[in-house]
Amino acid sequence: MSPDASVKTLVIDDRDVGATGDQTILEVAREHGIRIPTLCHLEGLMPAGACRMCLVEVVGSNKLLPACVTKVSEGMEVRTQTPEIKELRRMTLELLFAERNHICSVCVSNGHCQLQALATEHGIDHIRFPYQYPRLQVDTTHPRYGMDPNRCVLCGRCVRVCAEVEGAHVWDMMGRGSGTLITAELRTPWGLAKSCTSCGKCVQVCPTGALFEKGRAVAEMEKRRDFVPAILAGRDEGDDLMP
Amino acid sequence: MLARSIHPEPPTDDLRWKPVIATMRRYGFAQHALIETLHTVQSTFGYQDEVAMRFVAESLRVPLSRVYGVATFYHFFQLKPPGEHTCVVCMGTACYIKGAAHLLEAMEDRWGIKPGETTPDGKVSLLTARCLGSCGLAPAAVLDGTVEAKITPPALLTDVERMSQRAHVRIETEAEEAVTA
Amino acid sequence: MTPESLTQVAEKERASSTPHSLQVCTAAGCVSSGADEVLKALKAEAKARGVACQVKGVGCLGMCQAGPLVAAEPSGHLHKFVTPTDAAEMIAHLGEPPTERLALDADQAFFKRQEKIVLENSGSIDAERIEEYVAAGGYKALAEALSDLTPSLVIKRVTASGLRGRGGAGFPTGVKWATVAKAAGPRKFVVCNADEGDPGAFMDRSVLESDPHRVLEGMAIAAFAVGAHEGYLYVRAEYPLAVKRLKLAIKQAERLGVLGRNILETGFDFHVEVRLGAGAFVCGEETALIASIQGGRGNPRPRPPFPAERGLWHSPTLINNVETFANIPTILRKGAEWFASIGTEKSKGTKVFALAGAIRNTGLVEVPMGITLREIVYDIGGGIPGDRTLKAVQTGGPSGGCIPAEFIDQPVDYETLNKLGSIMGSGGMIVIDDSACMVDVARFFMEFCMTESCGKCVPCRAGTVQIHGLLTKIARGEAGLEDLDRLETLSTMVKRSSLCGLGQSAPNPVLSTLRYFRDEYLAHVVDHRCPAGVCKIAAEGEVIR
Repeated sequence: MSPDASVKTLVIDDRDVGATGDQTILEVAREHGIRIPTLCHLEGLMPAGACRMCLVEVVGSNKLLPACVTKVSEGMEVRTQTPEIKELRRMTLELLFAERNHICSVCVSNGHCQLQALATEHGIDHIRFPYQYPRLQVDTTHPRYGMDPNRCVLCGRCVRVCAEVEGAHVWDMMGRGSGTLITAELRTPWGLAKSCTSCGKCVQVCPTGALFEKGRAVAEMEKRRDFVPAILAGRDEGDDLMP
Repeated sequence: MLARSIHPEPPTDDLRWKPVIATMRRYGFAQHALIETLHTVQSTFGYQDEVAMRFVAESLRVPLSRVYGVATFYHFFQLKPPGEHTCVVCMGTACYIKGAAHLLEAMEDRWGIKPGETTPDGKVSLLTARCLGSCGLAPAAVLDGTVEAKITPPALLTDVERMSQRAHVRIETEAEEAVTA
Repeated sequence: MTPESLTQVAEKERASSTPHSLQVCTAAGCVSSGADEVLKALKAEAKARGVACQVKGVGCLGMCQAGPLVAAEPSGHLHKFVTPTDAAEMIAHLGEPPTERLALDADQAFFKRQEKIVLENSGSIDAERIEEYVAAGGYKALAEALSDLTPSLVIKRVTASGLRGRGGAGFPTGVKWATVAKAAGPRKFVVCNADEGDPGAFMDRSVLESDPHRVLEGMAIAAFAVGAHEGYLYVRAEYPLAVKRLKLAIKQAERLGVLGRNILETGFDFHVEVRLGAGAFVCGEETALIASIQGGRGNPRPRPPFPAERGLWHSPTLINNVETFANIPTILRKGAEWFASIGTEKSKGTKVFALAGAIRNTGLVEVPMGITLREIVYDIGGGIPGDRTLKAVQTGGPSGGCIPAEFIDQPVDYETLNKLGSIMGSGGMIVIDDSACMVDVARFFMEFCMTESCGKCVPCRAGTVQIHGLLTKIARGEAGLEDLDRLETLSTMVKRSSLCGLGQSAPNPVLSTLRYFRDEYLAHVVDHRCPAGVCKIAAEGEVIR
């Protein structure tokens, strides 16, 4: 599809804003300083629409829509902070905390973690659901990096950056449902995965402490994401499977 | 264009690689042939092992992790070799309403295996099917390809016992293929 | 092959018929009961005696629980529970009524109250011979569309018929076709969704096994209407018989010139390929199905863009379910007005249901839309066996809901079922009697959704686990009233925020049972007892594994 460069006007949270037709609600909101929380999204990587943190209400649509993939249209009226949406975001975060073992006080990413920041932003002080404590095995076979699936939120950013930017496609999702895990090659220990270039991009894009640099103590792992080019935005998941 | 084949040679001289290669060739070794190829691996070898997954990945030029991701996503693909005999319990709604869960409990009590598992001696694999489409026969189980209709837990255990003592014959029947882990 | 020579094939086939014929049901249910051996024995017996009787395997005769079934023509007599040892007697007494042990009343409501469009050939033609389908009027609609109609006229007729998608959601078929026809693109696709995954539903399987050409003809007509030349049939690998018959049907249709290149010498090309599913319920969702055809994990993606605009290989793609395509040839042959005269104002035509559970006659039935649940359960289904009473009717499988007995006189149509908190769904209909516990039923479906969740979005992946946990806690009598609130809030959350149809509808069985059977939930929570005696209630301090 050719990019739609025509000018659109729309309303986000009672503010009139202008955009071009090929922009997403999220892009336009960010340009205008309107905060929509995201977790699986990272500019420069293909959007996934998976974490559901960026759900917004669009007047006239009976379904909530993910701002990261929904294109703007003329006269659109978007609400990003309704009581319902705020409650859904809170609950999404609670589900994530209950799903694996996110114990900030012992985590390398404490203080630099997106999940933690979102929890603070949404005022989460207790979790209404029982913790699942899955006890997943940590992979420390790589000389420089480690992977702790107990801290993984399955956002898929590592999978995408490795496939789309580095072009190595070391990582992918395996299994399904609550048993989904990130895997290197054929569940190969990371240190033995021959396709890995050790570039570390996956570690840098990981929103939590699931992927980390070895030798960092608690709260020392800060991440940089300056290498992700924005040109890939707008592509679809599965594009590399095109015939 | 290179004159020689650009596709890798099969890992062993096992003749069972032939149908696998034939499937890939039919789709011109395109990446989207992955699932069809894994189906052929499943039906010829009975499961997906690392050697097969590496060969398929290399032949179709699909990343290893994607092959693994696909093979573990779909319940039809098994990563472990199946037992000598299989017992498939239908877990469709009609069978569940009529007590299929008790069949699984009985199997776990007697053989110590849950769905998807095989007894340590490799004799019996227990599997479940989402629906055999034989709802009129609920609850149903399939033992080595033979449908047992309206079966009770004691009857199932007796029949599985008898089946486990038979010599291993691999029968490819419709019902046996009608299995998800 | 031209339209004229198609008529000749039909006439030749009709002329070759014998005075008597025995039709053995060889659909999955009867095959499970030994129909193949019956067919073999009857064939051998007829040959040995040298009688002019054609013995053939046909598609589903409907009443699966009495299988193997054999129909005799032209007498119309039905035989039930036939075994190979009955062959001698049946061949010796051709044309005579069967003995009491074998007799199945063909005049009972189960057969008489049905109205067959999709299943019109099921049980009368041999699915493995294209000539029989052609003799029954098959491929005539395609011939007419290609030679006498324009694509827009075809779409107009489908729209006028009022046909709605039979996969569950009920989207108007004509509107979908028009969208794909309008969409720009050098390449378009027609996909048939045959990934029937609802546990307790086998309509699509039966249609594919009994009358595969009907689906192929529907797809070819659709391809002509939207301007596609390539099609995929995405079938569950768990249906090997359906797959085998479909592949055979495609080969036969290509040989006869009604599929493939230059169809019926009109210059129109349409190629169909079968793709196997691999055991993932979520692949019934159209974007997951597309990912799977492309060889990937069956992860859905957000819509829009809808596949009608951007689907397979990014091209406009028409995706319809088996039963939807199966309606098309008849609609074109008999007219949109005729089709629209059946059913209700907003739900036209018929619907095939797989009737199962606590009911006398289990099997496959096709009924006009608008029929009441009472007629289906008591007249066609023969009522509840034993001295049990009806508690609920479950439609729509894991995406649907439980309709309590008090609504037994409500009509079966898309709107009414939605209003009652369920959905039409693809056609699973499970009758539940008072021996079942509704908390347990809800837990069964939630366990299914939890295992079938693809794991991509958080609400479905983690939410179904927590809902299942809450239901388990309730079933054990360990939950408090606050857990009931939590169950309701979380169910609503998963429904509102999940990415695809699986997650959005997964809470339906919970929400509908909470709505109609709250007293059963309360009995578990407040009184620590399961009224139906199904759930194992934990004694104080006891831990149930």
